[in-house]
Amino acid sequence: MSENIITLKDIVVEFDGERILDKINLEIKDKEFVTFLGPSGCGKTTTLRIIGGFLEPDSGDVMFDGQRINGVPPYKRNINTVFQRYALFPHLNVYDNIAFGLRIKKMPEKAISKRVAEMLKLVNLVGYEKRSITRLSGGQQQRVAIARALVNHPKVLLLDEPLGALDLKLRKEMQIELKRIQEQLEITFIYVTHDQEEALTMSDTVVVMNGGKIQQIGSPVDIYNEPTNAFVADFIGESNILRGLMIRDRLVEIAGNEFECVDSGFGENTPVDIVIRPEDITLVPPSESKLNGIVESVIFKGVHYEMLIEGYDFQWIVHSTKAAEKGASVGISFTPDDIHIMHRMKDDDVKEEIAENEE
Amino acid sequence: MKNKLPAAPYLVWMIVFILVPLIMVAYFAFTDKDAHFTLDYVSNVAQYTPIFVRSIWLALISTVICLFIAYPLAYILIGMNTNIQSTMLMIVMLPMWMNFLLRTYAWMALLGNNGLINALLGLVGLGPFKMLNTEGAVVLGMVYNYLPFMILPIYSVMVKIDKSVLEAAADLGCNPAKTMLKVVFPLSLPGVFSGITMVFVPAISTFIISRMLGGGGNLLIGDLIEMQFLGNSYNINLGAAISLVLMVIVLLIMTILNQFGADDDGVMVI
Ligand SMILES: Nc1ncnc2c1ncn2[C@@H]1O[C@H](COP(=O)(O)OP(=O)(O)OP(=O)(O)O)[C@@H](O)[C@H]1O
Ligand SMILES: [Mg+2]
Repeated sequence: MSENIITLKDIVVEFDGERILDKINLEIKDKEFVTFLGPSGCGKTTTLRIIGGFLEPDSGDVMFDGQRINGVPPYKRNINTVFQRYALFPHLNVYDNIAFGLRIKKMPEKAISKRVAEMLKLVNLVGYEKRSITRLSGGQQQRVAIARALVNHPKVLLLDEPLGALDLKLRKEMQIELKRIQEQLEITFIYVTHDQEEALTMSDTVVVMNGGKIQQIGSPVDIYNEPTNAFVADFIGESNILRGLMIRDRLVEIAGNEFECVDSGFGENTPVDIVIRPEDITLVPPSESKLNGIVESVIFKGVHYEMLIEGYDFQWIVHSTKAAEKGASVGISFTPDDIHIMHRMKDDDVKEEIAENEE
Repeated sequence: MKNKLPAAPYLVWMIVFILVPLIMVAYFAFTDKDAHFTLDYVSNVAQYTPIFVRSIWLALISTVICLFIAYPLAYILIGMNTNIQSTMLMIVMLPMWMNFLLRTYAWMALLGNNGLINALLGLVGLGPFKMLNTEGAVVLGMVYNYLPFMILPIYSVMVKIDKSVLEAAADLGCNPAKTMLKVVFPLSLPGVFSGITMVFVPAISTFIISRMLGGGGNLLIGDLIEMQFLGNSYNINLGAAISLVLMVIVLLIMTILNQFGADDDGVMVI
């Protein structure tokens, strides 16, 4: 027996000759909290549907607990789903929706009512038992959908943007609650979101997808600090992504200047992409830096100021708790640690994907 | 006030073509030939109880048969891809494009003692069977003529059921049969009810089908009423009285049926 609860091997899905998933390979450990992160239409829901059994891949294997489960229908899989569009039963009230799965399993009504009550408390809908589904708000429906799936205590829970319809405060609360439940009941969560902050705060592992391909798999810290390419870097947070040249190990050329860095193994004189996080940059007097610019704009963002610095050939984004004067001449400063070197993506890919992402 | 203006034509229509005729039926039912009030005709209706019972019984059987044919067909239809669905619906509707009388005449030709079916059976040494002029022939005629009215409402309700709800049922452990029972059936009930209404009501008051396929021996209420207005036993007051009683019976049955439909909020699913 492997310790992987779910394994996807070379999964390919095509719709009308168009490749929607392109050789997805993924191993998910038991009790892990895995998040799929990626822009709209990148294939997140499709991947979940493969795991849930609602869609058969055109090629590739789906493994559950070491067994190949291609062709096994959804009702025979120990997996439950929180659907992106809820898919609640319109003829049942809140209570009966949540109790549905347990009744199919023929659990005694008394035990069911206890479980359902727990769930109602969890999703903050106590007192709504008898309410018809059609008379709930979008956010309330979404919470019923979460409860209806979670109440079954499945081995694996698939959650397709389960908090998308909630306001910020409720979303934060539910994030904490879901995480707590996941750890308490030891359920494997496969979670879909396009909110990078949600992905980074909740997950053990983040899977960044784009255009039907997995871009990077790693812990939130890895994904944030060591993005493998410009797409990941850009998607995971606002970033300065520059063209550069790796002169040799630990020395990189940025905007015509040489900088020390900590990366190696890229070869010599290799074109690379470079990420420098906005919060890693400090503004210094122009004389103290090789890179200078003029402060274009200063926007207050709550916790920090976001400043755009018009440099030579490049516009820098800088986050700082101290505001600079608009129009002032400043120097851009960062340490070798802050320079993240990535393999250059194909030209067109980068432009296209970053543009898509910025919509 | 302004909002009511567009409704005016419909209001006039309803008064002229629905309310006025209803009042006239009631008027004739409770008066005699000299326009004096009387309960004689209404109380006379009681003597036709056996005909009422037969009419209700045959309409009921026909409705149930229609339901049992239409429901699975509708369920199969929604599982097919949309092109095939519309073709199949076309085929279902096709007989309706033919004149009602013609359709029923065709059945006479098929079912008669010298008809096509008996002729074919005769070739293999069977029969002839008496099929025409039986209750069975009347039921067959009703089912054949009214089946589309059962299929259409059930199909149109079923086709609107969100496929993702069926996936949710599978996700929560329902095999296809259970999904059918716990989700598709309760959600399709409104279609079933309107289908039942649309078949039962014309079936209970038909007279052509019973006349042509039932012969003289299977008189239904519809025949009875027709005879009072057009036949030799001309008596419009009695005809109106029978119509009124029939209307009340249909109304009662529909109310009972709607009672079932009304409390399906979760109660239907056990
Ligand atoms: N049944 C289908 N037939 C044809 N194309 C489909 C079908 N389902 C999905 N697609 C296509 O597959 C691609 C991936 O869809 P998917 O639903 O997996 O995206 P997603 O990552 O979940 O996006 P979102 O964040 O918007 O939910 C999209 O381009 C979509 O148009
Ligand atoms: Mg999706």
